[in-house]
Amino acid sequence: MSSLLRMSGIVKTFPGVQALQGVDFEVVEGQVHALMGENGAGKSTLLKVLTGVYPADSGEILLRGDVIRPRSPQDATRLGISAVYQELNLAPNLSIAENIVIGREPMGPMGIRWREVKRRATQALARLGLELDVNRPIGSCSPAIQHLTAIARALDVDARLLVLDEPTASLDRDEVENLFTVIHRLKAQGLGIIYVTHFLDEVYAIADQITVLRNGTKVGCDTPAALPKRALVSLMIGREAPSEEAAPQREVSAAGEILVSAKELGRRFAVGNLNFAIRPGEVLGLAGLLASGRTETLRLLFGIDRPDTGMLMLDGIPARLTPRRAMRAGIGMSPEERKTEGIFPSLSVRENILIVAQVQRGWLRRLPRSAWAEADAMKDELRIATPDLDRSIASLSGGNQQKALLARWLIAQPRLLLLDEPTRGIDVGAKFEITGLVERLRSEGMAFVLVSSELSEVVQSSTKVAILRDRRMIGEADDLSEKAILDQIAEGDR
Amino acid sequence: MKALWTKERLPIIATVVVCLLLYIAAGLAFPGFFSLRVGVNFLDDNAFLGVIAVGLTFVIITGGIDLSVGSVAGASSILTAVLIHRSGMHPVLAMFGGIGFGLVLGLLQGLLIARFKLAPFLVTLGGLFFARGVALAISRESVQIEHPLVSTLASEGLKFSKGVTLTWNGIVFVLFVVLGVFLARQTRFGRTVYAIGGNPTSVGTMGLPVTATLVKVYAFSGFCAGLGGVIFATYTASGNALSGTGLELDAIAAVVIGGTLLSGGYGSVIGTLFGVITLGIITTAITFQGTLSSWWSKIVIGGLLLLFVLIQKGIEKTGR
Repeated sequence: MSSLLRMSGIVKTFPGVQALQGVDFEVVEGQVHALMGENGAGKSTLLKVLTGVYPADSGEILLRGDVIRPRSPQDATRLGISAVYQELNLAPNLSIAENIVIGREPMGPMGIRWREVKRRATQALARLGLELDVNRPIGSCSPAIQHLTAIARALDVDARLLVLDEPTASLDRDEVENLFTVIHRLKAQGLGIIYVTHFLDEVYAIADQITVLRNGTKVGCDTPAALPKRALVSLMIGREAPSEEAAPQREVSAAGEILVSAKELGRRFAVGNLNFAIRPGEVLGLAGLLASGRTETLRLLFGIDRPDTGMLMLDGIPARLTPRRAMRAGIGMSPEERKTEGIFPSLSVRENILIVAQVQRGWLRRLPRSAWAEADAMKDELRIATPDLDRSIASLSGGNQQKALLARWLIAQPRLLLLDEPTRGIDVGAKFEITGLVERLRSEGMAFVLVSSELSEVVQSSTKVAILRDRRMIGEADDLSEKAILDQIAEGDR
Repeated sequence: MKALWTKERLPIIATVVVCLLLYIAAGLAFPGFFSLRVGVNFLDDNAFLGVIAVGLTFVIITGGIDLSVGSVAGASSILTAVLIHRSGMHPVLAMFGGIGFGLVLGLLQGLLIARFKLAPFLVTLGGLFFARGVALAISRESVQIEHPLVSTLASEGLKFSKGVTLTWNGIVFVLFVVLGVFLARQTRFGRTVYAIGGNPTSVGTMGLPVTATLVKVYAFSGFCAGLGGVIFATYTASGNALSGTGLELDAIAAVVIGGTLLSGGYGSVIGTLFGVITLGIITTAITFQGTLSSWWSKIVIGGLLLLFVLIQKGIEKTGR
């Protein structure tokens, strides 16, 4: 087996960030090399350097021993490097056949030779072991067929190296099996494949080699056999020796009635198998890697997305939630994307805080002046650092914006508050204050569901932890310690 | 023949059906409507609109718009007339002048839209004002064209029978429909036009030449608008700076009635041919009727346009 691709010492700096700090990466012919890492690890930057989207600042790329410098995706394609991204590059209005050969149609004296187009497309699909009606418009095909068509297109250019970026994100279990069969075929034909995914099980099912990136550096490279899941997870999130101490035992006054419970709750392509119950005074932490279905769980609980399996009970009654109904039932949600989904950047801090109270009152009725005072009280209580509440919220720091969002919900006095990454991107002091606030409100009887990519935070704030993996809840943590939770994430189904 | 009834073909099928129904209804209502002469006149009288609509079809399939075509046709017609009448230029050369103006303006608009990613609506709105201004700067008065070649073009051509002739103007229209169909279906350029309309954000990463194709599309539309102006000048044997005012809207109506989606990605040149003929039938039928004022044709076209937009929305909704 000979080396197909060798990238060495790749450095790429963006203003203020060193995205890649001298990364080495090698792909061997006929092998699947999985590229792993959390958000911001540098995976997509590395791929973009490889496919000519960005030039590298320094470093060398060898393809079959020749130095290459792809200047554009087209250039990379000509060199034999084809990429299939999660956002598929297809024209939905054209047929399967055209999508495979467009731009390279066989031409005759009367223009495009359509018969030849169809023959070539059929052949390209046959190489993947597929038999399809190539006249169908691709937009009307399933995501799996679309994906396979994109792969067929990538292969039609005589690709030697195929990059698959999150190929299974919108595929069913059966479709994933189908894709794996195709990948095995391609391996047998001598192609090198770079496989990017967030799903651990897939890596062990398909990869011959795993490289882990973190913060722009290569932190590990090994065969799956030599890199057990536990070690892989540690490498990805960067905790060699996670703290074994259990969280401080807190008095949980969880004697009340169950507020919200989920039974086999799930939504296709989002998250599944959710089973939990939340009582007043509890904090349910959701632990899992990126794209394990944490945010999706909150979206189901707040009624933004509809579940399509299982049952969601609210106060013991089956509920079909919409955000409106959820708010009426006393549920609040502070979203992860604070800037785009949380704040109204053109409104003042006060308006941002009072907006939920206004919604509850109804749009026609003016909020009384006393509500203003409530907002001022919140400012003092949460120590929102702003001279007055009538400034634009956009002028506040991230931490203070987050506090304003909390204030928004606290005025509404919810029974259950869903917090998605409440401390992301804010400084340590504000982080500490928010954690303290959650604990105080919890002891007063409010319930929370907390998502944080920092496991230590989940362990510290939660009274119980649900573990998600590959978009499924695999159980509750047996033991509220980082080590135990990491083990469970790595082991998977017990 | 089940493949005939695919969702993609529904708009064009609707267009053909409506066109035929209108034709039959008008034929039953007005004696003499079914004659060959009236049929040939559809092509002759609408040749300038038709050629412009063929060019515009490509623009709209990419998801863009070209509002400048009416003004460009006006500028082209007055330029051609002035070159013949005042400068004494040979009509063929003068026509190249008119067409060349359209081509250059279209090319510039295409560069602005494709290279600098400016909104087609605004760029071509600028083109609309610019070309009309140029037209008026050339001459504010109507200019007669008196040249044997020009009258030949407007009156002779393919003789079908006594008194029924498809003039050169009509022949050019038919040729452009054939050319348009070939470009759209049989060339990489044409297929790229469809791909851009279907997924403007990522066809570039499919390795297709998006910028070059967009420039060509607007240049072609400008070319067709220039040619449309020349045809209009020969048809009326004169040039007028104000001719073609609002013609861009007629052309858009013809393209949309012809089943091309304004959102891009779907449409056909054949459909545009039927769109143009449909507009022609409405206008002619109202002339035949005699007592209705010509505004009625606008009212009918307006209603028809809304109907087609509704049909298209319905098709989009049922999923592509």
